[in-house]
Amino acid sequence: MRITCPHCGARDSREFSYLGDAKMAAGKGDFASVYLRDNPAGAHSELWQHVMGCRAWLEVERNTSTHEVLSIREAGK
Amino acid sequence: MKYSVLEILRQGLTGNKGWQPLWRNPGPKPAYDVVIIGGGGHGLATAYYLAKTHGIHNIAVLEKGYIGGGNVGRNTTIVRADYGQKGNSAFYSHSLKLWQGLSAELNYNVMFSPRGLLELCHSDGQLEAYNRRANMIAAQGDQVEMLDRAGVRAYAPYLGFESARFPIRGGLLQRTAGTARHDAVAWGYARAADRLGVDILQKCEVTGIDIANGKLQGVQTSRGVIRAKKLAICVAGRSSQVAGMAGMRLPIESHVLQAFVTEGLKPFINTVINFGVGHFYISQSDKGGLVFGGDLDGYNSYAQRGSLSQVEHVAEAGMSMIPALGKARLLRSWGGIMDMSMDGAPIIDKTHIKGLYFNGGWCYGGFKAIPASGSAYARLIATGSLPDYAAAYRLSRFESGHLINEEGTGAQPGLH
Ligand SMILES: Cc1cc2nc3c(=O)[nH]c(=O)nc-3n(C[C@H](O)[C@H](O)[C@H](O)COP(=O)(O)OP(=O)(O)OC[C@H]3O[C@@H](n4cnc5c(N)ncnc54)[C@H](O)[C@@H]3O)c2cc1C
Ligand SMILES: [Zn+2]
Repeated sequence: MRITCPHCGARDSREFSYLGDAKMAAGKGDFASVYLRDNPAGAHSELWQHVMGCRAWLEVERNTSTHEVLSIREAGK
Repeated sequence: MKYSVLEILRQGLTGNKGWQPLWRNPGPKPAYDVVIIGGGGHGLATAYYLAKTHGIHNIAVLEKGYIGGGNVGRNTTIVRADYGQKGNSAFYSHSLKLWQGLSAELNYNVMFSPRGLLELCHSDGQLEAYNRRANMIAAQGDQVEMLDRAGVRAYAPYLGFESARFPIRGGLLQRTAGTARHDAVAWGYARAADRLGVDILQKCEVTGIDIANGKLQGVQTSRGVIRAKKLAICVAGRSSQVAGMAGMRLPIESHVLQAFVTEGLKPFINTVINFGVGHFYISQSDKGGLVFGGDLDGYNSYAQRGSLSQVEHVAEAGMSMIPALGKARLLRSWGGIMDMSMDGAPIIDKTHIKGLYFNGGWCYGGFKAIPASGSAYARLIATGSLPDYAAAYRLSRFESGHLINEEGTGAQPGLH
């Protein structure tokens, strides 16, 4: 799988570290946002950090059944 | 038909024409007392114990694919009782005891082979941690012993004792742990449940759950509507989708775990080896194939295949611990979708909907759990309460803070 970092270009997914559902970070730290997940089979917005590159946090929309990357932007922007 | 030596002789003398399929292939009835969604190990075991122990026979197991097509037929079959957390240790200890009598119980050879499990230690700190774990296992009443470096060398001489990065300092050995034949477990439970009157319906996908006034009515399936007094979810990696049909959101993420098998070799690996620091474990199947695996790929996935980077990582870790492994040719690799819970421990509980039950969150360790999970879930469905050994597996524990976090990694399933 490749992830196209807006700063560094298309890179192997091994350069990135995965956090999970982007909704978590947007939540208020309550029970539901920490522990419950939609866990869809299909499009999923998730947070990846380019740890072996520019270290930016990215919000990647990815299909969890096919691993097709649908969109990528810098997280929180 | 009961299997026995006499039956083999009888069939042998009559041209082996009398063997029957392991289970019937009935059509769905309009209604059942209990409908179980998912014909994996947990669903089939639940059906068996409901019929055998609780005398409920009007049961259907609905499987969207075929029996053995899910994780029950994709796992690396390691059975052990070496958990440290309260709640887990009693449960897996009980399950190991059930494994010991399982072939006789089911009248089907599940090839349970207590060939031992060795967990390697590479530093003083890790030795201390494993000594503590060994004490917890012993306190639970299970067999365990600690080996020093010479002891490990005598037990498993093919390990890489020259490794500079991960020198072997010792190991935790559980001689009563081992492996079983995964397909035989699925087929054995399916056959035994069928003999007690359970309908096993394959190619029957549940597409909706009917609820009225907070009470379960039945299910919509690819083979029509089926009414049910009680409905038991048991679908492993698809837990979020099926519970979602009842409007529930779960503390579960689905992740892919890969496994690998080499060509058949002469007896080489005598036990199960866990090289935890390198994320690698291995055993040898009775057919001779070396069966091994590593960690999750690390991100949410419903693809039953994994990434090449994990293949590379597992191969590197394997080579570093067992250098001779490099000479074996890899036959196959595959993946299964794990129902990863937020604390790494499973859930067996009622839900807020009357008549609806949930079993899932087995992560990468649910094969060894099958006998204990099936009997606990059956008890819950039949009587309304869980046996003591499974009482900690409540759905409410995430909200109440009674987590069972064996790895101590927090609510990040990809790290368990
Ligand atoms: C590579 C790998 C290695 C593993 N190694 C080990 C190990 O060494 N030791 C160990 O203890 N555990 C191991 N596990 C974990 C273990 O296999 C699982 O935890 C366990 O099998 C899950 O329970 P199950 O058998 O009921 O699941 P499954 O066999 O996956 O059963 C669930 C069934 O539900 C069906 N289903 C899903 N949705 C629907 C629907 N809508 N309608 C009808 N049916 C549906 C599926 O088709 C499936 O057959 C491993 C898993 C994998 C993938
Ligand atoms: Zn970058």
